[in-house]
Amino acid sequence: MAKTDEKTEGNYKPKPLEKWEPFILGIFCNWCTYAGADQAGTSRMQRPANLRVMRVMCSGRVEPQWVMEALKQGADGVLISGCHIGDCHYVEGNFKTARRMPLLIKMLEQLGIHKDRVKFQFVSASEGAELTEIVDEFVADLKKIGPGPFNKKFKK
Amino acid sequence: MADEIKIGVYVCHCGVNIAGVINTTEVMEFAKTLPHVALAKEYKFMCSDNGQDLIKQDIKDGLINRVVVAACSPRMHEPTFRRTVSSVGMNQFLFAQANIREHASWVNMKDPEGATRIAKDHLRMQVAKVAQLEPLETQVVQVTPASLIIGGGIAGMNAALDLADQGFDVYLVEKEPTIGGHMAQLDKTFPTMDCSACILTPKMVDVNQHPKIHLMAYSEVEDVEGYVGNFTVTVRKKSKYVDSEKCTSCGECIENCPVTAPNEFDLGLAKRKAVYIPFPQAVPGVPTIDMDSCIKCGICADKSVCEPEAIDYEMKDELVEIEVGTIIVATGYDPYDPTEMKEYAFEKYDNVITGMQMERLLSSYGPTLGKPVRPSDGTAPHTLAWLQCVGSRNFRPGMHNYCSRVCCMYAMKQARQYKEKHPDAKIYIFYMDIRAFGKGYEEFYEIASREYGITFVRGRLAEVYESPDDKSIIIRGEDTLMQTPIELKVDMLVLSVGVEARPDSDKIAQLLTIQKSDDGFFLEAHPKLRPVDTLTAGIYVAGVAQGPKDIPDAVAQAKGAASGAAILMAKGEVEIEPYYSVVDAAKCSGCKACQSQCPFGAIGFDEQANIATINIAKCKGCGTCAATCPCQAISQNHFKEPQMVAIINGVLKDGGLY
Ligand SMILES: Cc1cc2nc3c(=O)[nH]c(=O)nc-3n(C[C@H](O)[C@H](O)[C@H](O)COP(=O)(O)OP(=O)(O)OC[C@H]3O[C@@H](n4cnc5c(N)ncnc54)[C@H](O)[C@@H]3O)c2cc1C
Ligand code: FES
Repeated sequence: MAKTDEKTEGNYKPKPLEKWEPFILGIFCNWCTYAGADQAGTSRMQRPANLRVMRVMCSGRVEPQWVMEALKQGADGVLISGCHIGDCHYVEGNFKTARRMPLLIKMLEQLGIHKDRVKFQFVSASEGAELTEIVDEFVADLKKIGPGPFNKKFKK
Repeated sequence: MADEIKIGVYVCHCGVNIAGVINTTEVMEFAKTLPHVALAKEYKFMCSDNGQDLIKQDIKDGLINRVVVAACSPRMHEPTFRRTVSSVGMNQFLFAQANIREHASWVNMKDPEGATRIAKDHLRMQVAKVAQLEPLETQVVQVTPASLIIGGGIAGMNAALDLADQGFDVYLVEKEPTIGGHMAQLDKTFPTMDCSACILTPKMVDVNQHPKIHLMAYSEVEDVEGYVGNFTVTVRKKSKYVDSEKCTSCGECIENCPVTAPNEFDLGLAKRKAVYIPFPQAVPGVPTIDMDSCIKCGICADKSVCEPEAIDYEMKDELVEIEVGTIIVATGYDPYDPTEMKEYAFEKYDNVITGMQMERLLSSYGPTLGKPVRPSDGTAPHTLAWLQCVGSRNFRPGMHNYCSRVCCMYAMKQARQYKEKHPDAKIYIFYMDIRAFGKGYEEFYEIASREYGITFVRGRLAEVYESPDDKSIIIRGEDTLMQTPIELKVDMLVLSVGVEARPDSDKIAQLLTIQKSDDGFFLEAHPKLRPVDTLTAGIYVAGVAQGPKDIPDAVAQAKGAASGAAILMAKGEVEIEPYYSVVDAAKCSGCKACQSQCPFGAIGFDEQANIATINIAKCKGCGTCAATCPCQAISQNHFKEPQMVAIINGVLKDGGLY
């Protein structure tokens, strides 16, 4: 717990991060992966502090432009995740995205962006453990590849 | 200025759940530096009355007109805070919640700095989003006052009766020719030892006779469309080849049928005819012809046998459409099939049977009229052993990790019953540890060992083989309490098999868009606070379909599910989130690319104006069309392009991590 004497008064001064750590933007569907991430939390499954989560109702909503936008703004990796095929709350939104993502990754590769920077994975509402594993692996992979091409603070 | 965006940020400590890891003061101070943030506060429990009052007061004082709470998952408390802000006149869709507990403090407990960084990022994502949000109105839809219940076991029947007694129409769909479920197969029930049929069959009759219950036995759900309050369900009524209207249940057809087949109800221990009722008290009592074994000899169809001419070999399946507002899933379980556990030689040796088979042997309307005998020679066994945890609590691949919760109790029940019939029988129960957790269960265990003289041996069996001379079973294992190897010759070995999810549960999950947990059973919305709701509004789960449980728990859960469904139907209307998509006519080029993306047929086309149109009653709000539209003419409410991009820009500003 933050002790009172540690309280910073007045204007906040950010403490810069000294060493590069991969920044992963997660875009999760509400019904499976976001719920799975909640379950990982409730079960206190520990993972490295590299993932930021953004919620959509269905992975079908994910636009390729968002992924590009995130990379352009300096994200090191993007993890899109939704329900397993057949489990989508809206029947087949995940199927649409599952078809779209490989195309996007191919296109990004042509632009010189490493294919492992964008991941599409299925994670159900009870697969907090799987999600934790996916994040662990993704962080390790990104550490091998290095900072994203548009990372403004840390260059390769 | 009235339109100025003034965001209030509230950082919750959640006791030590958040503040024990995350420096909440730092997060709060950080919030103050973000665009449009008018004030930031931190508090012990934001969801408490006092916490909510903080927000209300600031809104009332005109200090803020948008709110971000950094706390638990929005899947937990978003509805709470939406109510808070709307109670003082703020539009509830101008609220956003940053998840700094499940996605930060709880998954980074040993990395306070990392967790605090995530918390700040999650917060600024929501602050950026909330600045872009637009006020929306919830849609109010009517709830059809009728319920579909899938599965007519003890759970489904109880839910049906509860709802019907409250005046709601209930469609009870049961895939077997009779309702009753597994409870109908049991002889007595622990811990009170009341006879299962005596307490079950009157309920089955009540269900059948209730004017509000439409019993659809030998039927399956084929399709489900719609949403909370308004489901359209297609039910396949499988052909029984016997006309229920004409049949008088006289039983002459069964009497005269020359073909026999193994009776599923007795788990292969007895035979039935090709035209059959599963057991004498079956409801409905109309026989069914099993066309896989029927040879169409025509005897039963003869007028001398079936006077009312109810037999119809040409009968076809029938598809029936029903409209309901709520659905309860009560599909129960299958007993675990021990065949794959080769070490117990279930298929190989006659005198190795399962607990469910023992249940039938003990039953007065079972194949041996309640006098268990060895399948090999029909004699009453003198020495018997039960082996616990078969298929359960096993971490080998393909096995179930969970405890099935009923096997300890039913093994003791069966052992006691056998002892009552044969007081000098010698009985062993091999166990890992006895789980007798329910009301009256520990006492039941105590009596089993003390008064009935049942020998409890702690240890699993390693080997089982048959003695060639008399087909008795020789079992080898270890008594782990005495730390000695043990070898015994028993007349019969009973495998206390656990329960497992039904093989068609994937299909049911897909039809209803509900989820399953790792153990294969259906997933509840919250393990503690919403144990009978699924994640899909209007759909509930009851009985073993949700996870292993005994009859008292199955019934309690059924009552809970019925109450959940009744609340919705009694209100008569339900608010749904207005996350439907809208078309910007000026941008739409009329390419129709969106139409093929919509699984709900919600996108129409205005030929004259050459633009796509969206039927918001049909739109479920996934946003797939918005992601598809090449002209960005479609946007999904609350998840609009600028709102989502704001999140990305918001978090990555200054290169991300601080
Ligand atoms: C050997 C054994 C002994 C037991 N003894 C006891 C005891 O003494 N006391 C006790 O409290 N508990 C006992 N239990 C546990 C008890 O059987 C269960 O708690 C209880 O039967 C659960 O009822 P249910 O309605 O949830 O499921 P079920 O009894 O399995 O009923 C589910 C019903 O749904 C139907 N169904 C399934 N799928 C579909 C579908 N897709 N469409 C339509 N219908 C469908 C099935 O045909 C069935 O009728 C015992 C269990 C076992 C294995
Ligand atoms: S709702 Fe999870 S992918 Fe569609």
